[in-house]
Formats: sequence, structure tokens, C-alpha cells
Amino acid sequence: MAEAKGAEALKNAKKMTIICTKGSLDWAYPPFILATTAAAMDVDVTMFFTFYGLVLLNKELNLKVTPLGNPAMAMPVGGMHMSMPNMVGMIPGVTDMASVMMKNLIKKKGVASIEDLREAAALSDVRMIGCQMTLDLFEMNKDDMIDEMEIGGAATWMESALESDINLYM
Amino acid sequence: MADETLDAKGLNCPLPILKAKKALTGMENGQILEVLSTDPGSVADFGAFCRTTGNDLIEHDKDGEVYRFLIKRIA
Repeated sequence: MAEAKGAEALKNAKKMTIICTKGSLDWAYPPFILATTAAAMDVDVTMFFTFYGLVLLNKELNLKVTPLGNPAMAMPVGGMHMSMPNMVGMIPGVTDMASVMMKNLIKKKGVASIEDLREAAALSDVRMIGCQMTLDLFEMNKDDMIDEMEIGGAATWMESALESDINLYM
Repeated sequence: MADETLDAKGLNCPLPILKAKKALTGMENGQILEVLSTDPGSVADFGAFCRTTGNDLIEHDKDGEVYRFLIKRIA
């Protein structure tokens, strides 16, 4: 009875797709937060990873954030907010330093890691489609990607998008 | 009063919701989940979560820095 109810609920579930095109630490959050939350609210979610977004499906993640060209990036430091001039962002090592600072902040504030959110997405049956064209273009190896990755292309996304209530591009 | 308690203190969006969903999934209809959270955003979020999923937010209150939600599992 409970199972039949569950199946019925699934049939009537709302659907959402998210196209993920960016692979930096800051851009990784919005799609995974929305995908996992939507799944928790019984939404059937499909994520399509293309171009730089495809690195988010690498088994080993080494995501970074850069202050370059991002004047809104001001990190809280000792009660103040510190932003970095673009000139400083260009210096080798600054991207790594900013990335470490951001990851420390994420941990300190009880924000989930991208690895944790991605695992939660997989556990809640979020479909994660990797773009075949991007794999070819950037010579990426399927074996380096998580097992949950499905392979597809634009038409695969279109099929989901046409029957979805929400389609987002990030 | 609650059948289960979820301690989501110190966790930030969307973790309290994700953990609450997981806890509810393991419970029977009619059972009550108590969620403790320190995330001020969880006040709006648990309301939206319950309205959307059909679960019943029986009550919520605040004790110092801790928000407390009682959710009755409906579906």
C-alpha cells in the first residue's frame, strides 16, 4: 500500500532540469543545492553537465575560486570584509590561497562540501548526465568520472526539459 | 511527544532540509520528527518544505539560538 502510494507520488512528481556549465567552487554550489533540495521535496531532477561544468563529475574534485574579475568576492576576515584587487588575483598562488580560505569558511559555517552534496544527489536519484561532446572536446576520460554519470547530449536534455516544470541554466 | 529527534544544529542550508527528508523517509506516517536547527533560514525553509511535500508542520518555536520544528509525517 505504502509502496503503491510512493509510485503514484513519483508519477505525479514535478520535474526540473539544471544545465551546469561552470566548474569553479562558487559556481558548483547553486546547482547542487537546488538539485538536492528539490529532490528532498519530491521533485524529479535531471542535471546536465557541459563544458567547464563537466569537471563537477570528476571522481576527485579539486575545485577552486578566483577573485579575478569578481569584485563582489569579499571574504570575512577578522570582523572585516576583504576584497582583492584584480592585480593581486593575478599573482601565482593567489587562486589557491583564496580557494583554501573559502573551503575553511565553508567548513566553519556548517556548509556542506560539494562532494557531500553530490553524494546526496546520487542517493536521492538525481539524474546526472555528462555531455559526450565535452568529454571528446576536452579529452576527458569516462573512467575518471563518478559511476552515477550517464552519458548524453543536447537531445537527451531536451527530452527531459520538454516534460519539466522548471529548467535552469547555470 | 516526538518519535525521533534530528539534531541539525550548526548545519547550514540545505543540510537541515536534506537530513529531515532522510529522517522522515525512515519513519511511519503519523509519526513526529523533531528538528533542532541554528540556521535562521530554516524557519522559512521548513514551512516551504512542509507545504510542498504535504507533511504537517505542527509547531515551531525558538529557544535561545535554537529553532525547534515538529513535523508530522504525512507522506
